[in-house]
Amino acid sequence: MRLWGKRARPTASPSTAATNIAAESTGAWRLSDRIGLAICWFLGLLFCAIAAAIVIYLFIQGIKYVRPELLTTSPKTGFNQSETGGFLDPLVGTFMVGVIGIAIALPVGVAIAVWLSEFGRPFALARIVESTVEMIAGTPSIVLALFGTVIFSSTALAFLSRESGGVVFGRSFIAAGFMLSLVALPLVVSSTREGLQAIPQHVREASYAVGKTKAATTRRILLPAARPSVATGAMLGLGRIIGDTAIIVVLLGALQNFEPTGSAFPLDYFQGAGSTLTNYVYSNAPTGELNNPQKAYAAAFVLLVIVLFLNAAVDVVHRNSRKAGSWNS
Amino acid sequence: MEFLKPPPVRRLDLEHAPEAKEAPERGTTPSRNGNGNGSSPSGFSSANRRRIGAPQLSIPRMEIEELSVAYDGKLAVKEVSLPVRQGEVLALIGPSGCGKTTLLRSLNRLTELTKSASLNGRITLDGTDIRTMEPTSLRRRVTMVFQQPNPFPMSVFDNLAYVLREQGSRRGSRKSLHDPVCEALDRAGLLEEVKDDLSHPALKLSGGQQQRLCIARSLVAKPEVLLLDEPCSALDPQSTQKIEELIVKLREDVAVVIVTHNLQQAYRVADYVGFMYLGDLVEYGGAKKVFGKPDEDRTKEYISGGFG
Repeated sequence: MRLWGKRARPTASPSTAATNIAAESTGAWRLSDRIGLAICWFLGLLFCAIAAAIVIYLFIQGIKYVRPELLTTSPKTGFNQSETGGFLDPLVGTFMVGVIGIAIALPVGVAIAVWLSEFGRPFALARIVESTVEMIAGTPSIVLALFGTVIFSSTALAFLSRESGGVVFGRSFIAAGFMLSLVALPLVVSSTREGLQAIPQHVREASYAVGKTKAATTRRILLPAARPSVATGAMLGLGRIIGDTAIIVVLLGALQNFEPTGSAFPLDYFQGAGSTLTNYVYSNAPTGELNNPQKAYAAAFVLLVIVLFLNAAVDVVHRNSRKAGSWNS
Repeated sequence: MEFLKPPPVRRLDLEHAPEAKEAPERGTTPSRNGNGNGSSPSGFSSANRRRIGAPQLSIPRMEIEELSVAYDGKLAVKEVSLPVRQGEVLALIGPSGCGKTTLLRSLNRLTELTKSASLNGRITLDGTDIRTMEPTSLRRRVTMVFQQPNPFPMSVFDNLAYVLREQGSRRGSRKSLHDPVCEALDRAGLLEEVKDDLSHPALKLSGGQQQRLCIARSLVAKPEVLLLDEPCSALDPQSTQKIEELIVKLREDVAVVIVTHNLQQAYRVADYVGFMYLGDLVEYGGAKKVFGKPDEDRTKEYISGGFG
């Protein structure tokens, strides 16, 4: 019985078995194996059901409450939900942290991955770098956020956030974006490394064998070949950045609106505090301080759409790269 | 004891090949499943051997002197001495793990990429010790084709242009590179099949076309020596035949060294044959002699299928 094939149909009864293509039947399996298979099926389907329930529930709730004007008006303070405005500021804020985070994580992550996969000498240093990346991947983002407050509250970095009376607030889009890049970094590194390691050694040698240096080979052959993996890592990382709440709350100030500060437009927005969709949902949830459940559902719906869109984009990249052909190893 | 018959194969004979046979093959696109009307490799009847290349044609290119290669102290190649000459095809045969690929890879210093490898002895290219040469410039003069077709993930044209351009640069216009690229594709017998669409992605070609593209890529730098590491082992018989014909043709202007597991292939294309066993060069000589009347018992056994 082929569990993964399209025709994973066990021969049901002897009469149909004669016309069906003969396949291994689970009837011959030991009981414990059959129970194991049944559990696999049950848990798999249960998982699908839970995921579907979340998506469907949020879609129903979201579509009920989401209005185009919500996307174009800023949050306001008000007593009932018709007065509290939309979530333009959080939406723009989400894009801002996403752009800052990926702009840092992508080049740094690709550089780390290339060094680890293609150079990686001395070996001890490579091991240290590797475990450092793994450690960052395993660090809860609230811990990163706490560490971020230490860095960005220092007077030397006062220009990155607001300062009044010698006190550095340490809360800004730059600060949040910087720490969020650490959330995305491990994903970019591991995905890029996987892509590079999937290139057979003889392809590298083929480039050396026509007199190319390692640098030229990396730049012209390896990185272009690993591009789909780099893109995948970047999109997965972006999804993580967009979905993170802890760093936003701690390092962006958990506000509702933008609070530009310091120098000229548009730099003042990056130096100022603000909000993103995650922290908007957090404060507007029924248990949150603002309690505007309709707005929370609408914002959560928009957030989910963005993340699903990113996941779909990863699939498209993968399918295209498979179509482009590859080598035998 | 009269025991040895040459392997039952037809010797490739380009000089005496009927023109009509070669012409239609050029135009056809090779199919991957290769069960077309290509002549079968076991043509007993026409077993006329090509005369061994006239000596005045061959120009010494590389000289391997007492070469030993060890991996982690374990000898893979033991004191091998061989000449590599332009105008003839040298085939290295032998069972798996006998050191023939290692020997081939040391000719353009690819063995150095393996950290544990250590080399002893001397290899010269046109009289210069290759250890004194910049590896990149050596590898432009001694290029290599690998077992698996490995075109770069770019267009057919860019695969060759990449070799011509300075290291990682993108300079050099399409126009200025067009002629050398087409010439190399023509030498590799691929031009007819790809000339209409040089921007076709190279990885979309068939396996045989990919391998000929790799040969074209190795030829575009105008090397003096072409190394082939089992170039046909991943290909179907039709593509293999095309590449073998190509190899025989190419030996006129480039020294060709081919490593092969396939005795019949060695018999078809080689002028000189080196038989290696457990790192030793057991026997070296003209193809006719090695396949017909080898001196060594191990060669006899290997060629008659005693082991391997």
